[in-house]
Amino acid sequence: MSLHIVVCIKPVPDPDHYDRVTIAPDTKRIVREGIPTVINAVDKCALEKALQLRAQYGGKVTVITMSLPSADTNLREALAMGADEGILLTDRAFAGADTLATSYTLAKAISQLGDADLVMLGAESADGATGQVPSQLGEWLKMPHLWNVFSIEDVEEKKYRIKTKYENGYKEWEGTLPLVLGVSRELAKPRHIGAMGIIKAKNKPITVLGKNDICGIEDEYIGLSGSPTQAGEIRTPEMGRSGHKLEGTTEEIGIQILEKIRAGGITI
Amino acid sequence: MGAVFKFTEEQEMIRKAAREFAEAEIAPYAAEWDSKDICPVELWPMLGEVGATGTFVPEAYGGVGLGHVERAIFIEEISRYSAGLGIALMTHHLAIEAILRFGSEEQKNKYLPILCSGEKIGGLSVTEPGGGSDFAGQAASAEKIDSGWVLNGRKCFITNAGIADINVIICKTGEDEKGRGILSAFIVETGTEGLKPGRHENKLGLRGSITGDVILDNCKIGDDAIIGKDGDGAKIGMGAIGEVGRAGMTAICVGILRACCEDAVKFAKERIVAGKPISKYQAIQFEIADIRTDYEAAKALLYTAASIKDEGKPATTAFAVAKYFATEAAVRGAKRCMDAMGGYGIVNEYAVGRYLRDALASIPSGGTSHIQKLIIAGDTLKNF
Repeated sequence: MSLHIVVCIKPVPDPDHYDRVTIAPDTKRIVREGIPTVINAVDKCALEKALQLRAQYGGKVTVITMSLPSADTNLREALAMGADEGILLTDRAFAGADTLATSYTLAKAISQLGDADLVMLGAESADGATGQVPSQLGEWLKMPHLWNVFSIEDVEEKKYRIKTKYENGYKEWEGTLPLVLGVSRELAKPRHIGAMGIIKAKNKPITVLGKNDICGIEDEYIGLSGSPTQAGEIRTPEMGRSGHKLEGTTEEIGIQILEKIRAGGITI
Repeated sequence: MGAVFKFTEEQEMIRKAAREFAEAEIAPYAAEWDSKDICPVELWPMLGEVGATGTFVPEAYGGVGLGHVERAIFIEEISRYSAGLGIALMTHHLAIEAILRFGSEEQKNKYLPILCSGEKIGGLSVTEPGGGSDFAGQAASAEKIDSGWVLNGRKCFITNAGIADINVIICKTGEDEKGRGILSAFIVETGTEGLKPGRHENKLGLRGSITGDVILDNCKIGDDAIIGKDGDGAKIGMGAIGEVGRAGMTAICVGILRACCEDAVKFAKERIVAGKPISKYQAIQFEIADIRTDYEAAKALLYTAASIKDEGKPATTAFAVAKYFATEAAVRGAKRCMDAMGGYGIVNEYAVGRYLRDALASIPSGGTSHIQKLIIAGDTLKNF
């Protein structure tokens, strides 16, 4: 048995630069210009598991992203981790996509590959955090899909026992390929990228596809026009600090501090 | 000394990968390694996986096949969080350099793959109680016998003493007609009878690496243990230390300087005095500007020298300049960072005290600043 595993990755703003992230007041979107991106952390967990499954069964791992041309760097990083090839979906027509338009575009490109046994991605992204794309992708691809997967064990050929996480426990499923899995961080700890992986990644292929390169893609489902949801009010939290002098006896001041902590939503 | 250095895209990727590795596997533990003065030998296989142990070794011998620029990137990123681990790694590279440049094909095939993978740790023993810089005055002896050599003597201030599995040891095999010592280099595997660890030094800084004595007590080794030929010891030892060793010490101090810069900026933005962050005060800004300037200068010197070596050109003077500047600058940088932090700077909860101790300990390693100045002056008077 050999598997073709497709891993969807999303470039998100580098957490080291979160203090520079702003929201555009008109579009309600994150202003990404000038902010370096990293691969969404939980997508790397999906990629790690995909690499482990490839090591176990053979086959290949394809990473795919829909993003700006600069996402080439993120794909190259995924290739350095060990993926075999990359696909970059980039086109002005894809701009402004919500989760539905994004999942549609990804699904069309994955369908075009023709032989995906398993599609894996993080359950949610570090920026948008909607958690919608894995399920939507499963629906577009007409594949069974599970969300918040933290364990995958093989049962027999192309059949897996899968555990999904809930607040107070987990559910166990048995699934036969093909499947779409939105995974949680617990699934696998991403390996460190080595210098040798970086060297090898130089010679691995990255295919760039625009709208016209994807068969059967329909304009009404992509980009802004294919996006039925629009962001509502988005506010940046006030991060400023100021000092307040507390007065009274030591005990009274202690009580005031506790009240302020509780008022901030922390239970003690 | 060479053109202004610019990193390639591949080198930038290696830096990012090395930084992520250091943040995950080194940063959380560096303070503990320092306080307990232990070297995390269990990290070696992981260092091998990421390519830090065999960066500049050709693929044919199990390395990554890159150069000394990439090696310096690894050491800088690791030393940003643990200069102690930085010097342990850089010393591992000294054993590799000696075998790679001067070893026989059999020695390269036997030792380099296991050193590159991190399965084994390397060490280089040169310094003796008489002083590291009195290279020709070494007293540890190697006596020729029918089946090989018998080594006797004491090496001191040896990084990776007691933890190295594969030791390159310089010994005196005789004297020339002018009475000068003839030196040779030998590979001695840990476990060889007569090779023993001696005292473990309680160092001021660069803790997280082990420094101590290596004792040779009738240590018998085969003829195949000599590197190169009898009398090659000086060029092997000096070659490794002069370029690879000083490059390593410079990279360590560039890492310390970056740590000082980052920590000073973080503290200055968070510390509120008289209603505003101290980063708003010019006195603090000037400290930060000086640290940054030293960091950029040290970095430029380091990577320029490393690129000269990667071009296959002599880089001894370039590394002496870089090492002299970077080690002294790291001391200045840590002191400035400490000054910017006020009272907090002397609290061990903050890492800056460790940066200062590590920077001070970096000065004598690989030759003191005085030795670097002798090299620089000698070259300048002759060639400038």
